[in-house]
This record gives sequence, structure tokens and C-alpha cells, in this order.
Amino acid sequence: MTSYSEYTEYTVGEPIQDDRAPSGPVNERWDTRRFQAKLVNPANRRKHTIIVVGTGLAGGAAGATLAEQGYHVVQFCYQDSPRRAHSIAAQGGINAAKNYRNDGDSIHRLFYDTVKGGDFRARESNVHRLAQISVEIIDQCVAQGVPFAREYGGLLDTRSFGGVQVSRTFYARGQTGQQLLLGAYQALSRQIAAGNVEMHARTEMLDLIVVDGRARGIVARDLVTGRISTYFADAVVLASGGYGNVFYLSTNAMNSNATAIWRAHRRGAYFANPCFTQIHPTCIPRSGDHQSKLTLMSESLRNDGRIWVPKAKGDTRPPAEIPEDERDYYLERIYPSFGNLVPRDIASRAAKNVCDEGRGVGPGGQGVYLDFADAIARMGRKAVEEKYGNLFDMYERITAENPYEVPMRIYPAIHYTMGGLWVDYDLQTTVPGLFAIGEANFSDHGANRLGASALMQGLADGYFVLPSTINDYLARNPHKDEVDAAHPAAVEAVRETEDRLARLLAVDGDRTPDSFHREIGELVWEFCGMARTEEGLRKALDRIPQIREEFWRRIKVPGIGEEFNQSLEKANRIVDYLELAELMCLDALHRAESCGGHFREESQTPDGEAARQDEEFSYAAAWEFTDTGAAPVLHKEQLTFEYVHPTQRSYA
Amino acid sequence: MKLTLRVWRQKNPDTPGAMATYELDGVSQDMSFLEMLDVLNEELIVKGEEPVAFDHDCREGICGACSLVINGDAHGPERTTTCQLHMRSFQDGDTIDIEPWRASAFPVIKDLVVDRSAFDRVIQAGGYITAPTGSAPEAHATPVPKADADYAFEHAECIGCGACVAACPNGAAMLFTSAKVNHLNVLPQGSPERETRVLDMVAQMDAEGFGGCTLTGECATACPKGIPLFSITAMNKEWLRATRKVKR
Amino acid sequence: MALNFWQSTLGKKIVMGVTGLIMIGYLCAHLLGNMKIFFGPGEFNAYGHWLRVMGAPVLHHEWGLWIARVVLLAAVILHAVSAYQLSRRDIKARPQKYVHTKPRMSYATRTMRWGGVILGLFIVWHILDLTTGTTHSGGFQEGHPYQNVVDTFSTWYGNVIYIVAMLAMGMHVRHGFWSAAQTLGAGNHTRDRALKAIANALAIVLTAGFISIPVGVMTGVVS
Repeated sequence: MTSYSEYTEYTVGEPIQDDRAPSGPVNERWDTRRFQAKLVNPANRRKHTIIVVGTGLAGGAAGATLAEQGYHVVQFCYQDSPRRAHSIAAQGGINAAKNYRNDGDSIHRLFYDTVKGGDFRARESNVHRLAQISVEIIDQCVAQGVPFAREYGGLLDTRSFGGVQVSRTFYARGQTGQQLLLGAYQALSRQIAAGNVEMHARTEMLDLIVVDGRARGIVARDLVTGRISTYFADAVVLASGGYGNVFYLSTNAMNSNATAIWRAHRRGAYFANPCFTQIHPTCIPRSGDHQSKLTLMSESLRNDGRIWVPKAKGDTRPPAEIPEDERDYYLERIYPSFGNLVPRDIASRAAKNVCDEGRGVGPGGQGVYLDFADAIARMGRKAVEEKYGNLFDMYERITAENPYEVPMRIYPAIHYTMGGLWVDYDLQTTVPGLFAIGEANFSDHGANRLGASALMQGLADGYFVLPSTINDYLARNPHKDEVDAAHPAAVEAVRETEDRLARLLAVDGDRTPDSFHREIGELVWEFCGMARTEEGLRKALDRIPQIREEFWRRIKVPGIGEEFNQSLEKANRIVDYLELAELMCLDALHRAESCGGHFREESQTPDGEAARQDEEFSYAAAWEFTDTGAAPVLHKEQLTFEYVHPTQRSYA
Repeated sequence: MKLTLRVWRQKNPDTPGAMATYELDGVSQDMSFLEMLDVLNEELIVKGEEPVAFDHDCREGICGACSLVINGDAHGPERTTTCQLHMRSFQDGDTIDIEPWRASAFPVIKDLVVDRSAFDRVIQAGGYITAPTGSAPEAHATPVPKADADYAFEHAECIGCGACVAACPNGAAMLFTSAKVNHLNVLPQGSPERETRVLDMVAQMDAEGFGGCTLTGECATACPKGIPLFSITAMNKEWLRATRKVKR
Repeated sequence: MALNFWQSTLGKKIVMGVTGLIMIGYLCAHLLGNMKIFFGPGEFNAYGHWLRVMGAPVLHHEWGLWIARVVLLAAVILHAVSAYQLSRRDIKARPQKYVHTKPRMSYATRTMRWGGVILGLFIVWHILDLTTGTTHSGGFQEGHPYQNVVDTFSTWYGNVIYIVAMLAMGMHVRHGFWSAAQTLGAGNHTRDRALKAIANALAIVLTAGFISIPVGVMTGVVS
């Protein structure tokens, strides 16, 4: 085991601490914090303006709830409607410790599973709060009319998901994210109609305005007219999602981007654990170079599908002709107690390993089978259809293969980013008045997220956590000074934004925005994807500044800034990916251990499992921005585990 | 595959548009329709021309952003969204006409991009259940018969893409509006607002300038999520019932 | 309330549905009466006379007939005004046609508007021809409907106008009946086949029934 602490492309600054989580028993901390938090008098709330960027599960829920409390909310989304935020694409379900199945579930077990599933890189206080709130989320969503799957008796149905042995996942066929998002969108719509939320659709945040060290507003571009405007508030909430699109090919929406969080990072918000990215094991493999995005097949399929590859290398027979004893159900073989339901990182890496051995199936050998033949024989085709019908249809639509007859082919793909803006227990970033919720923050999943926990976290943050904690900030920080567009900080932020866009338009080079996006994406997928090495990461870190330099020399953006210009939107997002990719690789390089989604080949157990180095890396890495291409400052938040003691994760 | 594309180009809402013709070579059968347009746009950018603007986002058939009328069909020849349509549905040498959604309630913003904010306002008029955060009773307090839950889900599947309006010869938004009315009205949680919901949503739908329903069935044929035509029938019934119950 | 009802597209559609059903009901009764023509002038003319004394002795002479006429006239006017206003609205809602068009709806659905106009004109002609006799071809005789009918269908144009109008009526009824059921909220998955069957049966029976009269005249069965 080599130590890379001598690595010098960053400096180590003061440690950082979460000073908001109260001490005391973990199950009382949220109550204590809510009691400690100062409140804003209901009559005064309408005098406070809060900006919310993003309308997904976290943003939509937060916007609606803050408006219900009486705040004046100004909300933004780049989509043409708040209903289209990418939370809508989540398929499988949402976890909650309801224990309706009487199968031994509890808040403590959900807490335990999440800390363990995150490979001991998440804060205990936050995770416990998440588990506590999970039960309220289900109640809230049912009251809103979310049509969860139900049993014949009229009660809610649940299913099990990867990484756990209880059945605690609530679902609405394969469209749980859609249904939850529509619930939040409808609640938000009610507040828009009531005049409590001022909604700006097709408007993208391009910078943060910080006045006297506090977040006071944003710079945003109207995507239809191209007009750059400033908006001001008493607090700014970022709910803009993750940064998976830095990989170019991911399961994110095409326009999901990192600009809001990256611009906030440049204005002083620390970025934590950027190398913790999740590879989802069950995506449809890519079919060629034209591929623009990858499509996920819900992890819930692993409940009934069996994953296998041929035992022999280079076996190109059709699956039906491969007899049972020549198949390797490798997950069931290696992890007998969890079988096909091991956590995502483990399932993904196992798929990569069998493909690297030359046993992969389909074009290019980049795929494994997910077979439903046994499930159909056991439950009948109708039951399988009832459970997974829309997923099967989607698969057939994309691949032109019928999964009722031929096993699906799947391969891992980037799906979720655990890293994000560093936040304290109140979900406040290191910039006072700037909050980050949902996938945009780093808080609850550690180094690996369990299935059906993203929806839980997004809604917990949006409906329950932020609306409680933001009161405290607003009550303690009354703004006496009015800030407007003439304020020097606002003028400067607008000027920087306009300069950046003007520069993009002025280069008039010979390469399209997509060609750069693809190049940077392939680079990070190769060197900072499923398995990472010091050598590869150094290669990537050498290459990224070169791509950046080439970008500013050769980018071609047609049209003008004062119009609907999708090329300009894209190019501007790539500017941020080109910086973010560098921090990701640097973070991955500095963390010379394997944990969760971050697998360093140098740090593995004799049987090839991820080996954590707790004595050295039991911390969250919060990075402070200095300048483009300059060495950032690392602030370590030491993690302590009082309830769930770090062990080697074992799913065998 | 080699294709001839005829695409509606319109600089902005105030400038008249027209169809423009492009030849495109090297299209693979496995491409999605939007990936085929990506290839066209890459070529246009390199040539120094403006790429074709079109709405798209998730590219997995759920966000409802994509919105193209392909050879006269909303979302093209398959019953799915444009992003899930693959080029294997076309033949080498085909000429493909690509137009934006047409309805006066959906004005064109640029090329193939239209403004569908009218749908948001229909939802704002009543497409919700009033349940402020924190006020919810225990989820199992009210059982919902499975048949009702399934019925609600079937209508809740609407992705708000607007294909129903685009396909309707009258530019009517009945299928969209009815899907939300039926989703919420069948649930016990939605029953206190059952009458006002349908009355307000229909009034807003009319105010947005959508046409009336002549039951041609085009909407249900075009709907990528298979919302049935009877959704409209059920909403008519709800509306008629509400007009009797609510005195305004 | 009534104003709100009328101003809504749904309200207008419901008005169309209800008035349409009234007219279909009338057509059925009218057809039954007309079939008497096949039983000779005596029976047919007696039926014509009965229409005037219908409801007696409660109703005064021709009151029953006039009530029916007023209801029908109101239905026709409401039906037509709704149709006109909705059509105007529909055309405005979809001002720009697609460059690439293809006919997909059934013929009956596509021809509802023009079919309706044809039927409106036919009704005017039909009243002028056989009720008031204004445009009648050969010496209209009050109180002798049998002869009047035979006269009308002894001209080629009388036959053409009538048969074309009845075909239009059949198609209008076919889509209109099913459509009215949906508008009034009576349709669903399980009932749809029955509703469609009834619509088709109504359309066929009414069309064939009415057309049998000019055919009867032409073939000499009725003379």
C-alpha cells in the first residue's frame, strides 16, 4: 500500500466540522436541532424571499413547502415545465422504515443499512435523520394522491431492493420517480397559482451573487430570449441535481448539468467527495458511437432476474443454447446470502470483472445477461408483466429484443453522484445563506447510495429538513440592506457571465460542443470510472488542462447570445465540466483507498473486494476552489461512528 | 441509411417559418430518432449553419419534453415518445417530414420548440390535492381499493408532452386534462376537491384557447402512455356531476 | 350557472349531445310513421290526420304537433348554434395545418361538420317540399301526404336530394350517437362495444328505412 500524501497538486487547509448537529443520542438529535432552531414569525415570512434552483424532488418539495409556510419563493428550472425535472426518470421506488411487512425493519435498521451501504463515509447524524423522516414521506405522498402500488386489501405494497434484506421499498410500477415528482409538482403548482411561488421555467442559473460573505442572489439566463438577469433573496437553495453528465454517457437527462453547483463552488462553497460517483449495474448497453445517453433498467429487476454469463470465454452461442451447467450465475456464486441483490457498486464491479475476463455478451462483449426465464416459470408471465411490464417494453423498444423470450443484456453506467456541495446538518454550504439539497449536496449516502434512497433523500431534504433549518438562518440573519442589480457584487457576477458567453461565441473554431463533451466524458469514464489507478488518474489530470486549452481555441458555437441557442447552453455547461472533471480526478487520486463507488485498484482485499483504509481516510474531503487549474485546498471533515462501527462490508 | 429530412425552420415566434430540406447519410438503424437529429446538428454546426432546435431531455420516454410531428404523426409512427423511436422504423432512402406541435395554445418558440406552459396553468387551476407538508395522516389510515389505485395510476402516467393536442384536429387538451382529473378524482384523498377540480381545470383549459372535443380519438392514438379515450368520457361525467352539485 | 354551462366547451357539447339524442328519438318515431306508406294511402293519410289530433281531447287541434315542432326547432337551433360556435373555436385552436397530412379518422367522424350543414339544408327543403308545399313539384295537396310523397319521389332530383341526405344522416347518427354517449359520460371499456353496435344499428335502420320510401316509389311498390 503506497501512500500518496506527498502528492502536491493541492494543499491541506484547516479541518472542517459540522457544528450544527447536536450531540446526544442519535435518535434525539433531529428533535433537539428543531427545538434549538430559531423560528420566523409567520407574519414576517412573506417579507423573506427565498430562491430555489431546480424543481426536482428536492427543489419541488422545498419550493412548495416554503411557500406553504408563507415565504415568498422565486424558483427556477431550465426545463420548459417544472414537471420535467430528471427525478421523473427514477424507476424503482422509495425506501421507508414503515415495517408494514413485519419483517424486522425499523428506523435503526434503515439507518444501519444506509451507513453500511455507504461504506462508512457518511455522517451518522444525517443518516439517522433521513431514516426517521422516511416514514413521514410516505404519509405525505399518499395524502397528495401519489398512486403507489397497493395490495388487494387496499394497503400499500412494498418490495425489496439491493443491499438490504427487508422489504421496505414503496413503488408505483416502474415509475415511482414520476409519480413522486408529479406529487411535488402539483403541490408547487398550487403555490404558483396562489401567488406564493414566482416560477421561472426555461431559465438557467449561471452564477451566484455573494454579498458580504452571504448568498444573496443569482445570475440567470432566460433560455428563450437569452436575456441575462439578476434575482435577489434572503437565502439561495440549490436543488440542481448531480453532476453525472460530466461522463457524457450517463443515465442523467441530456440537459442535467453541474453549472449551478460549480458556480457556487467557485464563489466559495466547498465541494465534497467529488470522486464518489455511482455506477448502476443494470443499464442497457450502448449500441454504437452515436449513443447520446444510457437508459437504466430499474434495479428492482434484480429481485426476480438472475444475472449470468457463459462459463467459457468468447462463447458466442445464443443464450438459449447455453445449457444450465455452462452458465455462471456469478453473483449467486460469489455472494450466496445476498445473491443478485448485492449493492450497486459490488454488482457493477463484478460485471466489469467478468467482461474483462472475456466472458461478456453482446456487441463488444460489454454486457451480462439478466434472465427472467426462472421468474416467468415460477410466477407466470402475467405476474412478471404486472411487476415489470413497462420496463420490459422500454427494453424492447430500445434493443428490439423481447425480454420475455431472450434474456436482457445489461451493463453498468454512471447513474448518481454521491459527492456534491459540502453541507452541515442544516444543509447549509460553507457560504452562509446558500443551501444545497437533494443530489446537489454530499450529505447522506457516503461513498455509495443504496437503491431507492435517492428519492427518499430528495424528498426528506425538500419537504422536511430544509423548511425546518432555513428558518434558523433567516431568523438569525435579518438583512437590513437591500441588494439590487446595481450592487458591485451583482454587477461583477453579471459581467463575468456575459464575458464567458461572449467568449464562447467569439472563438468560432472548428469543433462542436458535443465533441468536447464526449472527449472529456470518455476520459473520465476510462480513468475515473468503475476502477481507478494512480497512473490512470495522473494521465487524466495531465490531459484535462490540455482539453480545456483546446476547448477555448477550437469551440464553435453558432448563433448569438440573445436568442434561443441550445449550442450556447451546452458549451457553457462544458466549461464547468472541464473544471469539475479535474477536481473529480484529483479527489480520486488523493483518496488512495477503495470505498463504495470509488474503487482504487491499489487498495483491494486478496479476493478482489474494495479495501477501505479507515485510519487514513475516514473523512469527507471538502475542497475549496482557488482558481481554474490552480491547486485547490483540502479541508477534511473527520467522521466518527458511535453507533455503526466500521467493518469490512460483507455481502457474501 | 441515407435519408432526406424536411424540417420546419423558424427563427423566432415573430418570423414566419418554412420547411427546409437536408440530406443525411450514415444513419444507423440502432439510433434513436433524436440521435439521428444530433448527427444532423453536428454536421450543420461544422458547416457554420444553425442547428435545428428541438426540445428533449431525459431521452427515456418519461420527461415529456420531446415533441416532434414526424410524417404527420405526433411522436412518429410508433406508439411511444420521439426519443424512444428508433431509426429501424424507417427505410433507407426515406423522406421524413419533421414539424413542431401545431396548436394556437402552443406557440412556436423556435424551429421545433413550442411553448407548452398552458398545460402548467391547467394543473395550477386545480390539478392537485391540497395537502400541505406535515398535515398528512398515517398512510394506511385510508385503504384504497386496488382497482381504484390502478385506475388512478393508469391516468397518472400522463407525461404532459402535448401529443394529444398536436394530434387533435381541434387542438383540444381534453385527454391531458381528463387524465389528471381522473387520477385525482378517483382517490379518496382527492374527493373533497372533486367538483371544484374538474370545473376549474376545464375552465382554464377553455381559457387557454384549446379547441373542443369531437371525439375523433386522435389524441388517444397518439398518446405515448396509452391514456384511453374513455378518460375524456369519465371527465365529462365528472364535469356534469359537478355542475349539478356546485352552485356558482 | 346556466351561463357558465353554456360558455364551457363541455357545456356546449352536452347541449349538442342532448339535442342530438332528441332528434334521433324523433327520427325513430318519424320512420315508424313513414313505414305506414307501404300499407296504402288510406292508412298513411289517416296517420297524417292523427298527428293533428294527437293528444286529444286534452290537447286542442294541432297543439301536440306544434309542441313537437317547437321542441324540434329548439333542438335543431341549439344543436346548430353549438356546432357552429364549437367549430369556430376548433378552427381557431388549430390555425396552422401540418405540411404532412394524412386522413386517419373514420369517414363519419370527418364529415360531421359538412354532414351537419347538408342535413340542415335538407330539413329546410324537406319542410318546404312536404309540409308547406312551397317547393313541391306537382300540385301539393293539403291533407293528402301519400300523394305528395309519391309526387316528390317521381322526380329525379327529389330522389337524389333525399337519398344523399339520408346517407349523410346515417353517418351523422353513427358518430353522433356514440359521441353523445361519451359526452354525457355513458361510455367505458365494457360498454363500448354495445354503444358502437347501437350506433351502427341506428344508422343502418334509419338510413335503410327512410331510403326504402323513394325506392318504393321508384319500383312502383308505392304509387
